[in-house]
Amino acid sequence: MSVLSAQNLNKYFYDPEKFHVLRDVSFDVQRGEFLSIVGKSGCGKSTLLYLLSTMDTDYEGQITMAGTTLTGRSQDFLARFRNEHLGFVFQFHFLLPEFSALQNVMLPGLKLGKYSAKDVEERAMEKLRLIGMAEYAHKPASKLSGGQQQRVAIARALINDPTIIMGDEPTGNLDRANTENVFAIFQDLARKGQTIIAVTHDSDFAAGSDRVIEMSDGQIIATHENSH
Amino acid sequence: MNLSIAAQIAQTHLMAKKRQTLVAMLGVTFGIAMFITMISFMQGVNQFLEDSALDASPHIRMYNEVNTQRPSLIDELRPNGFNVVHHQKPKNEQARLKNGLFIAERIEREPGVQGVSPQVATQAFYNNGPIQLSGTISGVDINRENKLYKLTNRLKSGSLNALKTNPDGLIMGNVLARKLNVRLGDKVTVTTPTGNTRVLRVVGTFGFGVGTVDNTKSYANLSTVQEMLLRDPSYITDIHVKMLDPMQALPFGKRLRAMYGYYTEDWATANTAILAGEKIRNMLTFVVSITLLVVAGFGIYNIMNMTVINKIKDIAILKATGFDGRDVVAIFLLQAAFIGLSGGLLGLAIGFGLSYLLSITPFDAGDFLSLDTFPVIFAAKYYIMGLLFGVITTVLAGYFPSRKAAKVDPVAILRG
Ligand SMILES: Nc1ncnc2c1ncn2[C@@H]1O[C@H](COP(=O)(O)OP(=O)(O)O)[C@@H](O)[C@H]1O
Ligand SMILES: [Mg+2]
Repeated sequence: MSVLSAQNLNKYFYDPEKFHVLRDVSFDVQRGEFLSIVGKSGCGKSTLLYLLSTMDTDYEGQITMAGTTLTGRSQDFLARFRNEHLGFVFQFHFLLPEFSALQNVMLPGLKLGKYSAKDVEERAMEKLRLIGMAEYAHKPASKLSGGQQQRVAIARALINDPTIIMGDEPTGNLDRANTENVFAIFQDLARKGQTIIAVTHDSDFAAGSDRVIEMSDGQIIATHENSH
Repeated sequence: MNLSIAAQIAQTHLMAKKRQTLVAMLGVTFGIAMFITMISFMQGVNQFLEDSALDASPHIRMYNEVNTQRPSLIDELRPNGFNVVHHQKPKNEQARLKNGLFIAERIEREPGVQGVSPQVATQAFYNNGPIQLSGTISGVDINRENKLYKLTNRLKSGSLNALKTNPDGLIMGNVLARKLNVRLGDKVTVTTPTGNTRVLRVVGTFGFGVGTVDNTKSYANLSTVQEMLLRDPSYITDIHVKMLDPMQALPFGKRLRAMYGYYTEDWATANTAILAGEKIRNMLTFVVSITLLVVAGFGIYNIMNMTVINKIKDIAILKATGFDGRDVVAIFLLQAAFIGLSGGLLGLAIGFGLSYLLSITPFDAGDFLSLDTFPVIFAAKYYIMGLLFGVITTVLAGYFPSRKAAKVDPVAILRG
């Protein structure tokens, strides 16, 4: 069953000059699939992910997720959709510096309002434990290292049990052991029905996922299934 | 929108920059404290002046204007001619209100009238040995006058009854009595403009706390003044009227004027200077307070703008994780509201303290006003107004930066 469908996505940047950054990108992702996107730096992977995250609405084409057409929706609708259905791990910026790791993980959960504050806190602790950050739960985010912040951000992406988890190089700042842990978590989540879309430079990471999409100059040049 | 998360985030932001928060708060505090102090004091002055002046003056005074300009006979006959008239004398008209006592009784029966006092008022010279002072003397029915001006409360010595029983009695303004160096029981020689002289005995002194009255005026019996002026017992020059509702005096005065054909003057006209002063003081209070609040508002606007710029990554992350525009507006508006409310409350407290200090500060206004300390009014409505002003200013000042925050494009920030 298709949980995400991107059709003929085209995107331009106009500054400093008109630049066709995504060219006719179309693909589908199945429920429970673990998808990797690879390609050279500057080929448009992050740009594509921002389109899929619903935050960038300035594009041509159509995006449908979890049975909902997202193209042309209002900002407030998209915010609610993101809160409920999407977990996102950014490439550069991670956490609110003045809040503790635990609070950072809790915020999207409190916003969703599906569970009581007490339950949200319990769930957040559980996610932190999963990612190996439980002992730093009450540390302010500004006091954590880049890798630790990225792991907290992964825990945050999981808090609302989103339909789709997207990561822009989610293991970019992690050492071997932690990368393997995150990979195992993603694999487990996919097996339980959540969908993972991760941009990566790590060839082992890509090789371990279900399918790899390879991009170049804003186009999909190859798609390739991994058989395990 | 979930207010409690917004409040939690707002609180964290405020606590993270305590000094900035404090500076913004103190701006509001200063503005509100000034507002409270000024309005309490200015309104106190207004109230005091109004009370003392209005208490001492009738709501309506009816009188006959004697020195009316009148055209000369030749002007009447040849209105367009080249007429030169030298040394025209005014007609010997009396200040008398014809049927004054009768008119007074009719007015007294009208609805809304609290009391009417027909009287004879005239200029007079007061002599005590070598001291000679000019002033006025009013011949009154002291019971009726008492009903209008609560003279019993204004008496500094003596009694009203003493005047009733003594045809040669005189109740004198306390400042006038002091200047003449006379006390209760002393005799004063009073001379009318017509040249008649009579020796009266001081049976009481009064003080309204208004210099222009206490300095010049005395009361005597109506018949006494009529005799001094060589007039008959129906001679009346003024009718003073007090209304139950002072505001009714203005239309009622006009009606009386149309009905009886005599001049009427209402309290608002008689006290134009006081009322104008009141307007100016009100204006001053609001201009100064609003200026201070606007300055405080700009301070908050700047600080909130800076906060939004500093927190732009936070805003992007919040939006990316599902917070919408209204949540972001709430986060920043709550910060502004907190600054406004806490700064405002502190301002109210300081304003109260300053007003209190002012209200116990000794102030000697001399003979002109009967004041021991500065007049200050403590009224809940000023405090409510102050807090409202403070919160409205800060929320307005916080609104525009908040809108800006809500419009932040998260992608532009998160791309790095
Ligand atoms: N805001 C922008 N304005 C103009 N060009 C941009 C902007 N962001 C990215 N680009 C350009 O678009 C291309 C794709 O960028 P990006 O999607 O970040 O690549 P990747 O994530 O694959 O490394 C690059 O050539 C980059 O320089
Ligand atoms: Mg990138």
